[in-house]
Amino acid sequence: MIFTSINITNNSAYSGVPNRPCPMDINHFGVTKTFSQIPAVFKTAFFVPKNRINNIKPIHNFKPKENIMKKTLLSLTAIMALALPLQAEAGEHIQIVGSSTVYQFITVVAEEFGNSTNYKTPIVESTGTGGGFKLFCAGLGDSYPDISNASRTIKNSEEELCAKNGVKDITEIKIGFDGIVLANSKKAGRYELSKDQIFLALAKQVPVDGKLVDNPHQNWSDVDASLPNVRIEVYGPPTTSGTRDAFVELVMEPSCKDLPEFKAAYPDKNIRKKMCHLLREDGRYIEAGENDNLIVQKLQSNPRALGIFGFSFLDQSVDIVQGSIIAGKEPTFENISKGSYSISRSLYVYVKNAHVGKTSGLQEFITELVSNEAAGEYGYLSDKGLIPLPKNELKTMQDRASALQK
Amino acid sequence: MIKLFKRRTRIAMQQVKKKKAPFTYKAYSKKPKHKWLKKRNAQERRFKRAGFIAILIAFLFLASLVWNVFSNGYSAFTEAQIRLPITFQADLVEERAYRKIVQNSLLEIFPNVKDRKEKRALFSLASRNAPHLLKELIETNPELIGNKEYIWIPTSSAVSIFYKQRLYEQAKRGGKITPSQTSWITELARSKNMQLKFNTAFFKNGDSREAEQAGVRASTIGSFLTILVCIAMAFPLGVATAVYLEEFAPKNWFTDFIEININNLAAVPAIIFGLLGLSIYLNMFGLPRSSSLVGGMILALLILPVIVIATRNALQAVPPSIRNAAAALGATPTQVVFHHTLIYALPGIMTGVILSISRAFGETAPLLMIGMVAFIADVPKTLTDPATTLPVQVYLWANNPELGFVEKTAAAIMILLIFMILINLLAIYIRRRFEIKW
Repeated sequence: MIFTSINITNNSAYSGVPNRPCPMDINHFGVTKTFSQIPAVFKTAFFVPKNRINNIKPIHNFKPKENIMKKTLLSLTAIMALALPLQAEAGEHIQIVGSSTVYQFITVVAEEFGNSTNYKTPIVESTGTGGGFKLFCAGLGDSYPDISNASRTIKNSEEELCAKNGVKDITEIKIGFDGIVLANSKKAGRYELSKDQIFLALAKQVPVDGKLVDNPHQNWSDVDASLPNVRIEVYGPPTTSGTRDAFVELVMEPSCKDLPEFKAAYPDKNIRKKMCHLLREDGRYIEAGENDNLIVQKLQSNPRALGIFGFSFLDQSVDIVQGSIIAGKEPTFENISKGSYSISRSLYVYVKNAHVGKTSGLQEFITELVSNEAAGEYGYLSDKGLIPLPKNELKTMQDRASALQK
Repeated sequence: MIKLFKRRTRIAMQQVKKKKAPFTYKAYSKKPKHKWLKKRNAQERRFKRAGFIAILIAFLFLASLVWNVFSNGYSAFTEAQIRLPITFQADLVEERAYRKIVQNSLLEIFPNVKDRKEKRALFSLASRNAPHLLKELIETNPELIGNKEYIWIPTSSAVSIFYKQRLYEQAKRGGKITPSQTSWITELARSKNMQLKFNTAFFKNGDSREAEQAGVRASTIGSFLTILVCIAMAFPLGVATAVYLEEFAPKNWFTDFIEININNLAAVPAIIFGLLGLSIYLNMFGLPRSSSLVGGMILALLILPVIVIATRNALQAVPPSIRNAAAALGATPTQVVFHHTLIYALPGIMTGVILSISRAFGETAPLLMIGMVAFIADVPKTLTDPATTLPVQVYLWANNPELGFVEKTAAAIMILLIFMILINLLAIYIRRRFEIKW
């Protein structure tokens, strides 16, 4: 009866796992190797479900199994110990932080520098202009960046922060210009806008019949009858972006600050400037994050919309999007470098003079950055969409770079 | 005796035949006897259907994600190359003017290009890193100087994409590739001087701003160094904490307090750990910025609470009879833990650890604060070298404006997903192989 009710030959039926030799079951008894070799009579007597067998450890044959644990722990501590003595050599890498616009260009120079010289490739972080200065001004020494990129000049407050932390000697180097474009999909027609029209379409408050009201314009044709009857939809950067700062300063402010309605409502100049910088928040200006690629993709899927981003992104996506004509000028390489396209800004790098000579290759890197081969008229940075400086200004910058060596 | 047996079986068979069809759900749903029953059955069906639709939607999302990544990324594994007649003129090699050598060979194929702008367009057919490849070639084979060789040179990523995806139509409408470039590419392709090759650069190189030269090697090695530090720190610390709390610590308000804190820590957003790492590891200990050492230490903090919780659960699953038996044989509490409890809990612990490592593998947010989200082209050699990780590389490439990085981003996501699947498979294997059911 017992023999028929318990199916011994298939021991896996009890453990619920596939039939395989168990590493530590019967071996401890030193008798046989697998179940099938045990005579059937003994099987019933000795049989316990397999997972119980795991627990039976005859004392005379006891091998402490914490060896595995010990080995793992030992090897892990060995790895830890290995890691500790590896101290970084002082000033081995040039560290660069700052503007995400300049990142697109300075990384190209960094790579070229790493490839063509024996110095290590500089490390470039894209932190935004403000975030870059915060790190840059935190102090002198290996753990602080050598260079900060900026899509605007350094603010007084940032200079004070630097001075407070002992960063007193900074060299400002202008590397070129970047245009800001309003672009839309090539599937739709090209827009021709004036700055005033952009202001009326995007400002939070606009004057209507001598009074300041929240922006009532729904379609571009509401702003100006000559514009198409298309819903206003503009993707652009958020408030943390340097591109947004430059856009409101270059487009919104000139159209707004001298309007009599604004003057009446905000007599204080600084408050008026702040109010002029506000963009509408009713879903017509859509903050699309710092990623300019995302804006280009959104324009591709939504042909009615316009997007605000840097010229280098337009330059790389000319087969998808087209830049609107602003104040009669198309955003082209030539127009921006001549200065006739009105929404453009300068790009800078700031160097700590005290680090020159301490961080290996720093002065050589700056020299490479402003060399004719990189930042010149036909340099490789212009391939990436950087608008080069006029010749005499570039010469000034090259002199500044060579002055760093002394 | 046998007769009796036969008769009994016959009766039994008859009874089986006579029996009504057994109760089935289907039978009732076809012929409802009562209104309420109909309603109940309809409710059942609705719920089943809703569940099925939920699974279907989830599957569709997954499928579209995989399709999107794959359709964008598969082309990144090939690159277009052109065969150029390279003359290694001794004077140019001396001056290290390898760019000039490449330009000369392009002009040799297309001698009619005279205009300055056209020349620039012609030169941009070859990868901007081609001179560096030639430099490496000359350094390893100095006997080439003065000779003329036909060498396959990678093209720039715009040309590569144009050739791979046959964008001739788009080129007519005006794009990155000019009409004259289109004619050159057609010419090269017709004369069999253009080919598609497996993109080894993608696996051999670190980050680059030229899409055709950008690779995942540096970030993959960075990821592994980071994870190594992370395991080395989190595993012993987490297991020791859990063992102490579970097996030795007295149950009082203080240990309860610690337990609540650990459970809360497991839910803290990752970026907070980055800030913690910035202020402690970088500012207090002065460890090197952007290094995989610091990155691993921060990720260790991130997964420590998860490991503690997993280990405690695994220890709780070991039945008290094991502990009692060991104690009865005279084992000290430490011996009970290290000879018995921990051994049986180990498969569960390993599963928990591996799953939390796969989480750490995919993190970017905490690394942002310590400078690992950066353009780092060199392959890290030690733990203190600047390094990035794979998910960071995906993020950085997604931000680049060049078209070539779209496929690179998708390809890097594919690599990342493959590693994730491997880690999870390992966890499943360990669980299946070593798990003990009590």
